[in-house]
Amino acid sequence: MARVFVTVGTTEFDKLVRTVTSTDVLRTLSSRGYREMVLQIGAGKTEPPTGTVEGVAVRWFRSKPSIAEDMAAADLVIGHAGAGTCLEALRAGRALVVVTNTTLMDNHQAELAGRLAADGHLLHCVCETLRDTLAGMELSQLRPLPPADPTPFAEHLERRLGLR
Amino acid sequence: MALGSDAECGEDCTDNESSLGGGHTSEMLSLAAALDRRRFCPRVYVAAAGDSLSGERALRTEEEDGARLETIPRSRRVGQSWVSSVWTTAVAMLAALRLVFTVRPRLVLANGPGTCVPVCLSALLMKWLLWRPVHVTFVESVCRVRSLSLSGQILYRLADDVIVQWPELLQRYPRALYMGRLV
Repeated sequence: MARVFVTVGTTEFDKLVRTVTSTDVLRTLSSRGYREMVLQIGAGKTEPPTGTVEGVAVRWFRSKPSIAEDMAAADLVIGHAGAGTCLEALRAGRALVVVTNTTLMDNHQAELAGRLAADGHLLHCVCETLRDTLAGMELSQLRPLPPADPTPFAEHLERRLGLR
Repeated sequence: MALGSDAECGEDCTDNESSLGGGHTSEMLSLAAALDRRRFCPRVYVAAAGDSLSGERALRTEEEDGARLETIPRSRRVGQSWVSSVWTTAVAMLAALRLVFTVRPRLVLANGPGTCVPVCLSALLMKWLLWRPVHVTFVESVCRVRSLSLSGQILYRLADDVIVQWPELLQRYPRALYMGRLV
């Protein structure tokens, strides 16, 4: 059964929780073959429904020391636009839809999500456009994120310190 | 901030300031792991007091290599008034000066908000006033694509290296270095 994992990070993103558990979005996900949804809601005030809604079995938790297992078990990750979430999901090879929290004042966090979206590694939207994004997404067209490489950095420092 | 040594093990210091979710800690650990342990040792990790989580993670990773963790007061909290920030920054600066002048690192590797600026500035003062060789490198976070963080902006003209992880930043900050995504 295809599963969606929704993560809001360490703080809260009630609007995303409400949007992703709305009738519209759950119906869209169900029509795209998703039957399970697990939400990590952080410190949010909005508690999602538990049980099966519009054909999707929903459960949720607030936080865990690590969400690696939840990510690994998901066929689709819907997350806030935090850099840590983006990179964790992409490094785990997950299909990722990132939702920017437009109520946040300093949104430099969204810079990374925007850049990764422009490079075709993930889909980027806001709560208002989430339903349409999910309805029309072609996950097979997402490009895997190449691994990071700190070797040039180490070589640079060794050169600068006269070690090579 | 990693204070490295040259071939003989001198003092080595890594500064990681954990902000929300510890992103900077993860980045610093990845960067430190890329450095040759025989050449860059021992390592002193510097975290802001109260950021015990980030410091503990750093220590757990490096325990076998005799790394240690030092904490200095946080120079500024998010949302703190600018007036009180002057005082807390001064306190942090004194603690950083004491630490850096004791450890006398050869390399300071910094990332993240807050704490790294006092430590980097202390190292630069050590270089300029005491003529001790020290290389100060600031690595901007991977989440910065179009703008430098406040720490990055402060250190842009002062540090020996400011390394960015996205090429767009070179347009606004031509003195920065780009060598691909590091973490």
